Amino acid sequence: MEAAPLLKVSKLYKNFGGVQAIQDLNFELVEGELLGLIGPNGSGKTTSVNLITGFVKPTKGEIVFRGQNITGRAPYKIVRLGIARTFQMVKPFYQLPAYKNMIIPLYSPRVKQMTGGKYGDRDAVALDLLEEVGFERDSHVAYKPASVLPQGYLKRLELAKAIALNPDLIILDELFSGLSLAEVASIVPIIEKLRQEGKSIIMIEHRLKELFRIADRVIVLNYGEKIADGKAAEVMESDAVKNAYLGFEA
Amino acid sequence: MGNAELNIGNRKKRRKERIDRGIKARSSDIFALSSWREMLYLAAPRLLPIVGLLVLSVALSVYWQRVLLSVSVFALLAISWDIMAQTGMISLGQALFFGTGAYLSGTMNHYWGWPPYITIPLATIFGGLLCTAFLIPVLRLRGIFFSMVTLVLPLMLVRIIEATRIFGGTEGLSGLTALPSKWVELYVLIIVLLAVLFGFRRMMNSDFGLVLKGINDNDRSVMNAGINIYWFKIQALFIASSIGAFAGAFLTHVYLFVGMPVFALDYSILPIASAVVGGIGTLAGSMLGAFILVPLSEILRGLGGLRIVFYGLFLVVFTVAIPEGIFHYIQRKYHQFERWVEVE
Ligand SMILES: Nc1ncnc2c1ncn2[C@@H]1O[C@H](COP(=O)(O)OP(=O)(O)OP(=O)(O)O)[C@@H](O)[C@H]1O
Ligand SMILES: [Mg+2]
Repeated sequence: MEAAPLLKVSKLYKNFGGVQAIQDLNFELVEGELLGLIGPNGSGKTTSVNLITGFVKPTKGEIVFRGQNITGRAPYKIVRLGIARTFQMVKPFYQLPAYKNMIIPLYSPRVKQMTGGKYGDRDAVALDLLEEVGFERDSHVAYKPASVLPQGYLKRLELAKAIALNPDLIILDELFSGLSLAEVASIVPIIEKLRQEGKSIIMIEHRLKELFRIADRVIVLNYGEKIADGKAAEVMESDAVKNAYLGFEA
Repeated sequence: MGNAELNIGNRKKRRKERIDRGIKARSSDIFALSSWREMLYLAAPRLLPIVGLLVLSVALSVYWQRVLLSVSVFALLAISWDIMAQTGMISLGQALFFGTGAYLSGTMNHYWGWPPYITIPLATIFGGLLCTAFLIPVLRLRGIFFSMVTLVLPLMLVRIIEATRIFGGTEGLSGLTALPSKWVELYVLIIVLLAVLFGFRRMMNSDFGLVLKGINDNDRSVMNAGINIYWFKIQALFIASSIGAFAGAFLTHVYLFVGMPVFALDYSILPIASAVVGGIGTLAGSMLGAFILVPLSEILRGLGGLRIVFYGLFLVVFTVAIPEGIFHYIQRKYHQFERWVEVE
């Protein structure tokens, strides 16, 4: 490791009462990397995201982003440093039109900072961002209330809200779950474009095939512990991983 | 377009269909404004409260003019409650804001002899700051825990005043300076009420208001946008408590007295009842609720002990019959028409 990593997680632990959700988690993320985070249900993937983004405070351990210790900081402060995430369970503001859902991230001080204190016309920026993630401009979907949007669009909206914050690191928690193959195929180019822009990405996925096609590296969690870390093909060959996934995915 | 499905006995299935009136569709596009009728359709909801209040102010008898003052004060408290509710803070203690404003202006007037046009604005701002400071430590509490604190605080302040005999103790402070005339009283209050209604309605519909409503809806999602939700809650709280403090400060110079009753439960409960009957989330509904409930309570005064029974009955009937609130109901009727259509 010559260059300092963008994100460094060291000796991270989290207990919920008696449940050891995360145990001794260590990993680094290099700038520009696309890291896959996989593991069976309940293995601690979402919890690790919650720890990194400040929604949950660790029992022990340290998280360093761009050389700054961000362990236990408030989520909004972590966002301002340049980490954005999506939620596994998308909960948009249902009664608002899709593009109005974008206003809240666009109201963020981080965006203000990036644009030199001027947002311009937030509605227009919102529509541009939505177009980037596949809300066709002439189709009026962006104007429909979130409550009538199909899952595919809700996931895109969730992604657009994260992109709006212009983060350096984007963490996507099961963005592909509940989507059809065609929908996944249409979102993959958006992610690839983000990488070309130099963004670092952590993707949590159960859709391994789709993930392995784009991930540089994969970390496997099982019962809160890291059991493998490396190139996708190598990782899936390891016995520990085969055991953990036995009966879950062939 | 919300559609209610019904199945009555073994008659044919039908459902209610709601359709935007043509005039609404036409006039939501600003370029389409072509006729006076459409202009009026758009302007009427804004003109109604203005014209209504002006007509009332001259048409009413002296007694009912006093009632109008009290109605307007409760309307302000209801709007203040509604702003908090829309930001996810359910308050049971509008009396805290009201009483703090009342005591601040009363004190400044009684001890330092400052005139109302100084004490009322100062009490509004410092009352807002003081109440916000009181509640900041509990802003992190969720739901009922926050509500409980707001309920208890005014009751505690009353006991402190009683026990320490500060600010006149149980006697209160009397002989305060009056406003120049009953017309000044009436029109200052009406202008402030209309300004608060239109100004904060606009605010709640702006992007800032969207963030506040977002906090109520899903605070994690707002935090996740890099927004400090406590800072936004503090701003909403300051706005709401300043409105309440103004109401208290103003009424102090109408009654020329301030005492322990300003922290009474009435000032906490009636605003909530108004907002619920009128309709939460529009500010206009909360105000409308106060304009129904307060005069009703006046009319029922003759019933003596039974007053509260009829009052309660009325509340129940209204909340059961129109759970969405009267304002939402009227708004829907204004913008949409309904027809029954057969299903299949
Ligand atoms: N807030 C919480 N309180 C108590 N236990 C929790 C909490 N959050 C997570 N857990 C527990 O921690 C463990 C890890 O959960 P986590 O949600 O991180 O798993 P996951 O890998 O994201 O699973 P999935 O694939 O189902 O999303 C589980 O046993 C879960 O029940
Ligand atoms: Mg998860």
